[in-house]
Amino acid sequence: MSALIEIRGVTKTYRRGGEAVEVLHGVDLDIPRGDFVALMGPSGSGKTTLLNLIGGLDTPTAGSITVDGERIDRLSSGDLSRWRAANVGFVFQFYNLLPVLSAQRNVELPLLLTNLGAAERRRRAEIALTLVGLRERARHKPKELSGGQEQRVAIARALVSDPTLLVCDEPTGDLDRATAADIMRLLQMLNREHGKTIVMVTHDPKAAEYAQRALHLDKGTLAPAGAVDGA
Amino acid sequence: MKFLPLLWAQLFRRKTRTILTLLSVLIAFLLFGLLQAVQIAFESGADAADAKRLLTTARYSIIEPLPLAYRSRIERVPGVVAVANADWFGAKYQNESNAFPVFAVDPARYLDMYPEFLVAPAQREAFVKTATGALAGKRLADRYGWRVGQKLPIASEIHAKTDGSLNWEFDLVGTFDAEDPAVQGNTDMVLINLAYFDEARQFGRGKTGWYIVRVGDSEQAKAIAADIDRQFMNSPDETKTQPEKEFAIGFAKQIGDVGALVTRILLAVFFTILILTGNTMAQAIRERVPELAILKTLGFSDGAVTLLVLGEAVLLLGLGGAAGMATAVAFMPMLNGATGGRFPPLFVAGETWALAALVAVGLALAIGLPPALRVRRLRIVDALAGHR
Repeated sequence: MSALIEIRGVTKTYRRGGEAVEVLHGVDLDIPRGDFVALMGPSGSGKTTLLNLIGGLDTPTAGSITVDGERIDRLSSGDLSRWRAANVGFVFQFYNLLPVLSAQRNVELPLLLTNLGAAERRRRAEIALTLVGLRERARHKPKELSGGQEQRVAIARALVSDPTLLVCDEPTGDLDRATAADIMRLLQMLNREHGKTIVMVTHDPKAAEYAQRALHLDKGTLAPAGAVDGA
Repeated sequence: MKFLPLLWAQLFRRKTRTILTLLSVLIAFLLFGLLQAVQIAFESGADAADAKRLLTTARYSIIEPLPLAYRSRIERVPGVVAVANADWFGAKYQNESNAFPVFAVDPARYLDMYPEFLVAPAQREAFVKTATGALAGKRLADRYGWRVGQKLPIASEIHAKTDGSLNWEFDLVGTFDAEDPAVQGNTDMVLINLAYFDEARQFGRGKTGWYIVRVGDSEQAKAIAADIDRQFMNSPDETKTQPEKEFAIGFAKQIGDVGALVTRILLAVFFTILILTGNTMAQAIRERVPELAILKTLGFSDGAVTLLVLGEAVLLLGLGGAAGMATAVAFMPMLNGATGGRFPPLFVAGETWALAALVAVGLALAIGLPPALRVRRLRIVDALAGHR
């Protein structure tokens, strides 16, 4: 598999109370296209920071990040927004759906940034909701859905613009064991059957078992933990 | 347009708060619509003024009469193309409260001087030819239910007939109207024939109240006005000639500077709206910082989220403003009915709508810009971290 994501010598430093804190120390990492990687590690190890850098939500202090041949660390804020819209789908622990919009409208949100007409946006949102098994709940607002259903809507929103990369931050962190397993099976299906490259941050070893491999971060340094057998 | 459902949903996220805010904006623009209508009504005389018309009155008081003989002398002033004159009759109809202007005029000269007054040719002809003829403004005739052909008994507060009676009787030979609402406000009056009036009155014969002068070139109006006044300088009846608009503004200001009063009230109203709505908007955006961060995460640029916040403010002010103005329009028939036609017609003019749109957009920008800029500066990772 060719490397979809190439990370070279990435450091990230934050300023906290006038003091510089280096969260990542020269991380090197290759993630092949079609990979499903679980990033694990204790709190404060820098996994979410690394995930944010891979997803183009933040920029590194030093080093380079290349995704599908594009140096995203060099993109301006506006270009990075456009890049995210076209290439990355995001799934969060707390779903982060807009409470005032129906499931359908939430899923359509990324498509508002495209030139697609209303009918096509609706059609694509319906396909994404069908894929996650929630088409019949399209008109429901987030508060009318269970946690698992909300996360499925969030996954549909992440998929709707057919991105190359899915970035998931603790996608099962707010769910019970059975629902978490459902969500992980869904992500695994997207990886295996639809070829989505997935980078997932998790504390949960059970969730990590669904990934192709797990990587461990500790104090801002990456320590390969070997391949994880698929569930 | 594709963002409208998103804007709408965000705006009505907290329905009660939004509806109360909308109501306050509605009330502000309702006041705006009504007060602007009142101001326009007060200024209708000035708005309807013709730049080529001058008013010549007695120099020291407009109630002092001028000799009728001045007419031919004014006509001879270079640049003057026509002269008409009018005299104040001071009328009451049936009882003390039914007062309206009645002017004694030379029918043909007066109607030629005011072509904006629309009168049927046959009725104009009848007015010219009938010594006891009277022409009434259509709104006035409608108010009192007058019909063309009827006798019009009017009492004068000033002029007695030769027999000493203050009760006069005229023949209503026609009505007149105007297309422009600003001019319509000036049609609430009755015109009577000066020749008959002058012959029948007990005193003041050979005099008239004022002259209306048409000049050929409005650029020369001031100079011609000075020439006219020079004609009568050092005579027992000195004159003061000024452009019709200047005269109308001065006359309206005798009641008070309505424009300045309206402006001050509206400034206070909109300043209050600015503070109230601005605070509500800032609070609403603060509550939604994590959601706006999500929009940025999904690829909405800094500019796009800034425009979304501004769009929400524009939608709020637009909805409230349009509802307020529409309510003002709906109130107009009731207000016009309540004044019984004693006040120039109130209406929401096109320029008032345009001004309301400008005010709404200006307020929306002032209210929306601070939170919009805050959202623009928002760092996604900080906002998402705060969400947890």
